[in-house]
Amino acid sequence: MSYLEYHAKSTPTGLRKILYLNWPLVLLLSAAVGVGLLMLYSVAGGSFSPWVEPQAKRFGMGLFVMLAIAMVPIWFWRNISVLAYFIALTLLVAVELFGAIGMGAQRWIDLGPLRLQPSELMKITLVMVLAAYYDWLPANKTSRPLFVLAPVLLILVPTFLVLKQPDLGTAILLLTAGGGVMFLAGVHWAYFAAVIGGGVGLVSAVFESRGTDWQLIKDYQFRRIDTFLDPSQDPLGAGYHITQSKIALGSGGWSGRGFMQGTQSRLNFLPEKHTDFIFTTLAEEFGFVGGVTLLSIYMLIIIFCISTAISTKDRFSSLVTLGIALNFFLFFSVNMSMVMGLAPVVGVPLPLVSYGGSAMLVLLAAFGVVQSANVHRPR
Amino acid sequence: MKRNSKDADSSHRKLTRRSLLLGGAQLGFAGLLAMRMRYLQVDQADQFRLLAEENRVNIRLIAPNRGEIYDRHGVIIAQNSPSYRIVLVPEDAGDVEKVIANLTRLLPIDEEDLERARTEMRRSPPFLPITLADQISWKDISKVAVNAPALPGITPEVGLTRLYPQNADFAHVVGYVGPVSDYDLSKMEDPEPILRIPRFQIGKVGFEARQEEALRGKAGAKRVEVNAMGRVMRELDRQEGESGADMQLTLDAELQSYTQARLGTESAAAVVIDIEHGDVLAISSSPSYDPNLFVRGISVADYRALTSDPYRPLANKTVQGTYPPGSTFKMVTALAGLEHGVIGPEDTAYCPGHLEVAGRRFHCWKRGGHGHVNLEDSLKHSCDVYYYDLAIKVGIDRISDMANKLGLGIKHELPMSAVAAGLTPNRDWKARVHGQDWLVGDTVNASIGQGYMLASPLQLAVMTARIASGRSVTPRLVKSVDGVEEPSGAGETLAINPNNLRNLRKAMNAVSNDRRGTAYRSRIIAEGMRMAGKTGTSQVRNITAAERAAGVISNDDLPWERRDHALFVCFAPVENPKYAVSVVVEHGGGGSTAAAPIARDIILQALYRGTPPLDAYPSADRSKIEAQQERLERERLKRRESQGNDQA
Repeated sequence: MSYLEYHAKSTPTGLRKILYLNWPLVLLLSAAVGVGLLMLYSVAGGSFSPWVEPQAKRFGMGLFVMLAIAMVPIWFWRNISVLAYFIALTLLVAVELFGAIGMGAQRWIDLGPLRLQPSELMKITLVMVLAAYYDWLPANKTSRPLFVLAPVLLILVPTFLVLKQPDLGTAILLLTAGGGVMFLAGVHWAYFAAVIGGGVGLVSAVFESRGTDWQLIKDYQFRRIDTFLDPSQDPLGAGYHITQSKIALGSGGWSGRGFMQGTQSRLNFLPEKHTDFIFTTLAEEFGFVGGVTLLSIYMLIIIFCISTAISTKDRFSSLVTLGIALNFFLFFSVNMSMVMGLAPVVGVPLPLVSYGGSAMLVLLAAFGVVQSANVHRPR
Repeated sequence: MKRNSKDADSSHRKLTRRSLLLGGAQLGFAGLLAMRMRYLQVDQADQFRLLAEENRVNIRLIAPNRGEIYDRHGVIIAQNSPSYRIVLVPEDAGDVEKVIANLTRLLPIDEEDLERARTEMRRSPPFLPITLADQISWKDISKVAVNAPALPGITPEVGLTRLYPQNADFAHVVGYVGPVSDYDLSKMEDPEPILRIPRFQIGKVGFEARQEEALRGKAGAKRVEVNAMGRVMRELDRQEGESGADMQLTLDAELQSYTQARLGTESAAAVVIDIEHGDVLAISSSPSYDPNLFVRGISVADYRALTSDPYRPLANKTVQGTYPPGSTFKMVTALAGLEHGVIGPEDTAYCPGHLEVAGRRFHCWKRGGHGHVNLEDSLKHSCDVYYYDLAIKVGIDRISDMANKLGLGIKHELPMSAVAAGLTPNRDWKARVHGQDWLVGDTVNASIGQGYMLASPLQLAVMTARIASGRSVTPRLVKSVDGVEEPSGAGETLAINPNNLRNLRKAMNAVSNDRRGTAYRSRIIAEGMRMAGKTGTSQVRNITAAERAAGVISNDDLPWERRDHALFVCFAPVENPKYAVSVVVEHGGGGSTAAAPIARDIILQALYRGTPPLDAYPSADRSKIEAQQERLERERLKRRESQGNDQA
């Protein structure tokens, strides 16, 4: 669809746009953030500082950014997608060159009041640029090798940069979300089958080679992989976090130990309890009920996004909405798998709940784009 | 445009299909997460709840207060007194080295202790207090308190430590406590966890060790919540322990202190028994040592001084030292003879100064002999031949039985270290231990408490108490535990003819009250306080025939360790015996000169419950006694003052 077509159909204008926002989605996002603020209050030992206050302010700002973005027509966002992607890419390179060191990895750019994490930005702009690419690409060319190669490069370059930081979690997220958008856009099954098959083959080849004379990686690398996959082998090192996390979760039981009564988090047995492991505090203090409630909020957000995406005829809008939803899904599912001991520990925060600078802001901005797609949907 | 729109339709359908597929996969994964949550939080909740509790709750033991020890009048012998130590909390100190430097300027601390503290600091989290110096005097603590602003992170801490305010007086009875050592733990099969509390003290020697279980009490426990670093966040609950039992001894601190002073620098032992209940009123071994040195941790030099002293200050001579009883044993031989009808009190034996037995000549201590002697004469003069003759007639087994009846050769279970059983030999014993037949010469030696015969000062006092009372008096050291009276040691009436005992006591009376008695010079002249006793001089060497021919070498000319032991046993008052005393002076020479005066002074002190009036003594001795009383009084006063300083 073209710019003219948007005009031809009636799209809301002016302040009427506010009526066309997906308000349930706004409420769900606020609910998730509310859960986060509650837990931050708890892990701070019943105090608004040091986490609740800045997080609440950031949420206020994020909400405003989201609404502002939602007011801007979706085609504007489509048109600047390429530019945004390259800006994010430049920032990623910049972080590689001048970035500050935080948490043992090089991730931020310090912009005075705001510490920008370009990898966060990249998660969104990658989805946008891929959506714009497939909006531009005629449907019949989607599966041609040359036109498959281009988006693959768009995905791999930032993935590589993020991996170098090193931030394995985000790299996986980028790769999976990018692949997801390509899949949604209709790229042929065979490519995915080939990539997955090749990946499985390579991994098994590496493991097969262990102990033989054609061993592909070094012994110490194998050992690192071992503890990565099974942290219980190293109970005081890598395994400590995950063991304590499981104890916190498990001790929560059906309905939890009560608000601010979680001993695991209050007594610091939980690592990074206000960021990556905040879910364990929730599960410890509010139990299975609390955990499933948050999971339901998350899934409702996903479902709302999918239904919006299906009901719009605009290809960019659909793809960008679905891509962001997928991103969001990957975010929380990787984090939850990690704290429940289903996946190795990679640094992925719980979206909207974990205390974090740019993560929430970028995420809300992304949902702004989703809202914009919804508002400017031809009706 | 139309074709485009058809294309768009088909691609939109494809997108819808794929997005539903992906959405389904996402829902499926969310379901998986929910199931995992259910597994951890519902199915395994109990297990994880337990693990969380284990994480959070630590059990800390609370050391119980050790039971205190008092004398029979409530004078404290062993108490728990506040002890100060200086601890440093590194996280509060900031610059630890600077603070330590400031501290060492105020009070000297061993470099060794500091090094140990530094090592400990590196190993433990910074909020845990580290002990820099232990057993600090109040004066030094005040210095630290005054300079607190210059010493951040330093706090004086108060704990309890054992203190023996009577210093050396009770060292051999009560012993001492000390921190639990690895050796102590290795000896125990299943050591109580409380023993692993740092600086926990247990009894090492003496009463403290023997009554450890009762004195220690039961540990309390508190449950505390700790965080991941091990820092205590709060106390959840506490269960107070039980203090150890307070023990009241039968000892009389005043008498004990006098006895100790009276023994002075001799290597000697004295025991005072209250005949009525068998209460041990005083039991002193000299020289003594200060048990507080051991509690604080004795220095190598001090310890070496104690162990290398030939007078063996660490040995408890009263119960663990055994000596040939010498002539003090003659009462046993006599009583055996009387009981078995071998002699009557007035039957005489002739003493020419020696007796030929089985081709060997046994000498009396008096070369010229005593002539015709009856029971009273034999004891009064301590004639040996009378007893040689009597013993051969009675036989060793009956003598040995009588000795056992009177408390010799029997281990009296006093709660002190290494209580010895002594030895009353008989035929069986010699066959068993030496694989030899009993010879008549052995009987002759045994009759005057020489040869194999061995007895401890405690046993001699018990023997005297039994002769004096006719009851099987059993010594007791503990009067009451936590206010509950212990059974009396008065004992049953002995199966001995009272007439025989009366005659024996009459003979003993002659020893100290007859002008020609061996202990006449140590008599008591106060009416109703007179004392009966028996001297003993036991040889620790053989006198050869050649020496005897040349004249027996006087004790004064012999080296100390080859001189005779001096012994004396006595009871008083003669008419109504209340106290029995035994005194052994190692290598002291003659019993009448070295031991009897000491025993007399001690028993007088017991009879008068304090310093006796001078007119209890024979007039000739009074000026000497007065000087001695003054000297002892001064010494005890001086000691009491130094104790006062120690405690301050």
